Amino acid sequence: MPELTYIQAISDGLRQEMRRDQRVFLMGEDVGVYGGAFKVSLGFQEEFGPWRVIDTPLSETAIVGGATGAALMGMRPVAEMQFADFISCAWDHLVTVAAKQFFRGRTPVPIVVRLPSGGGFSGGPFHSQNPESSFAHIPGLKIVCPATPHDAKGLLASAIEDPNPVLYFEHKHLYRRIKGEVPEERYTVPFGQANVHREGEDAVVVTWGAMVHTATDAADELAKEGTEVEVLDLRTLIPWDREKVLESVRRTSKVLVLHEDTRTGGFGGEIAATIAEEAFEDLDAPVMRVAAPDTPVPFSPPLEKAFIPQAEDVLQALEELVAY
Amino acid sequence: MAVREAEPVGSLQEVKEAGLDREDLLGMYRAMLITRGIEERGHILYKQGKIPGSFYTGRGNEAAAVGVGSAMGPNDVGTPLHRDMGVHITRGVDPWRIFAQYMGREGGPTRGRDGNVHMAMPELGLHPMVSHLPAMLPVATGMALAFKIRNEKRVALGWFGEGAAARGDAHEAMNMAGVRQLPIVFVCDNNQWAYSTPTYLSFPVEHIADRAAAYGFDGVVVDGTDVLAVYREAKRAIEKAREGGGPTLLECLTLRMEGHAVHDDAFYVPKEMFEQWAAQDPIERFRSWLRDHAELTDEEDDEIASSVKRTLNSALEQADESPLPDPAGLEAGVYAAPEDLDTPHHK
Ligand SMILES: Cc1ncc(C[n+]2csc(CCOP(=O)(O)OP(=O)(O)O)c2C)c(N)n1
Ligand SMILES: [Mg+2]
Repeated sequence: MPELTYIQAISDGLRQEMRRDQRVFLMGEDVGVYGGAFKVSLGFQEEFGPWRVIDTPLSETAIVGGATGAALMGMRPVAEMQFADFISCAWDHLVTVAAKQFFRGRTPVPIVVRLPSGGGFSGGPFHSQNPESSFAHIPGLKIVCPATPHDAKGLLASAIEDPNPVLYFEHKHLYRRIKGEVPEERYTVPFGQANVHREGEDAVVVTWGAMVHTATDAADELAKEGTEVEVLDLRTLIPWDREKVLESVRRTSKVLVLHEDTRTGGFGGEIAATIAEEAFEDLDAPVMRVAAPDTPVPFSPPLEKAFIPQAEDVLQALEELVAY
Repeated sequence: MAVREAEPVGSLQEVKEAGLDREDLLGMYRAMLITRGIEERGHILYKQGKIPGSFYTGRGNEAAAVGVGSAMGPNDVGTPLHRDMGVHITRGVDPWRIFAQYMGREGGPTRGRDGNVHMAMPELGLHPMVSHLPAMLPVATGMALAFKIRNEKRVALGWFGEGAAARGDAHEAMNMAGVRQLPIVFVCDNNQWAYSTPTYLSFPVEHIADRAAAYGFDGVVVDGTDVLAVYREAKRAIEKAREGGGPTLLECLTLRMEGHAVHDDAFYVPKEMFEQWAAQDPIERFRSWLRDHAELTDEEDDEIASSVKRTLNSALEQADESPLPDPAGLEAGVYAAPEDLDTPHHK
């Protein structure tokens, strides 16, 4: 099986979907001639032509609203935001139109919005955000946050196949840093199935996206002291795999919820509440949370480092949790 | 109402009529040199790994930025963008603050909270842009609205790129400003590229300024490499707005002389286009105008160049002495307290 980087896996998956289904097309800013700001669609316009790889004006509303309209007419649009942060410009179309069209009119809106998200390289307040929790609060949207090349490809295929609007968060800090084996043939990774990224019995970290790797680094460090922590990668937030989370909590009885997004109103709160409701009796310690502080994402390296949860922060929290 | 294509500026007499004396002209020249100097040094610092994140320059836009910035009155306000370093310089920002901003230091206007040109000094009448383009246009419109409500003879300037003109924010801002005849000038930095996107994929008419007619105000296209023509047109538009004549859309036509940001080699821009516009470099152009019309001598020019160099050297030193921000202060800066309202703007 070939080894691909996370970003290659996304390109590979998208290319494969576009080859097998004529209805799939890509649109966004600089996705054609330039191949996208991160080069996910490099060479796509040569292969698929300018009407399936569409360079749009700087117009997030028209991109997402337009994707919705094309989907209603039977297409399978994949819309790229240059950075996830810019999805705020298309909030209305996603939240007001795409998310509610099926509920009202029984007309599905099968669109995928690709969202390069996350920090770690001094992108500052507008090129680093992880806005998944804001959208998790909107019934009608599905939310996908792959952490590995394998899942990046398989979840993209599922997202394109899915009859609903799907927000596909691709973490920029994983793009070229994370490599893994990716099957050449097409496959799907189903939504709502968490993956045990690292096994362990002493506690569990529930997380997603780039934090899967941060948690794993912390767990590997802790293993040197003989403590084995499971890292459970949710892979998708809407829907999320309650059963697997509750099963892990029951088995390990100690849980840390970790995310890169800010703390208040973050999706971690939803997970913690569900554990409190469903598995209170199984807990040997209060549910812990590690998340970014409630500030915009800062630019300067020491500030950004303090903002984004680091492996040391997770390690420290896990030590406390295990010792509880 | 067709757009007006502005004439170039000819003689010193004409310039004097526009209210500029020789000192002003040399000040503008110096501001353009400092602007370019800061960005050139920033570029080097970036390549040396001393500037985190990404790095943008406004090479080719120095005349447009300095020309408009110089035409602003002392109490006017604006929201310049990532190609408009010259506006900050013209309004008087100390260059060391910009280097400190680039390097994420405590001494930068955003104190390391944000990077590159995402900064401005409100005490100089400038408010920092956000990345989301052109989100500052409705904000500038609101500034103009405040002036109108309070009957103040002040003008707001909102900058936007020709690419970002495609977003709804531009339409809403201009429409509201037109409806209420607000004292605002919309300045379009038309550098012909929006990242890799050429103008014909951004808008289907010849000029962004063509749109002004639809909002009930004037549109003007000016050669953005001609600092004096930009100044004259900006001055007209600003004074018109000040006197109750409503908005103007001023389109400054230039070429973005580098990639979108440092990482981008601009392979998609035709070579001839670069060559053509390099021949009308705004600084070279102004220098030869000053030689021909304002008796700029080689000695004087050298003197200006070395004083600019000294300014930048010491700015860089001072910025380098500024510490990195302390993470302990991060969370304290999110919400304003009542005493934070104690600024010139809120009185
Ligand atoms: C709403 C929004 N979408 C995307 C971007 C990413 N982006 C940054 S600059 C840029 C091109 C802007 O072109 P233009 O408005 O012509 O300004 P220029 O950079 O050429 O000065 C893009 C697409 C952004 N900043 N804001
Ligand atoms: Mg442009």
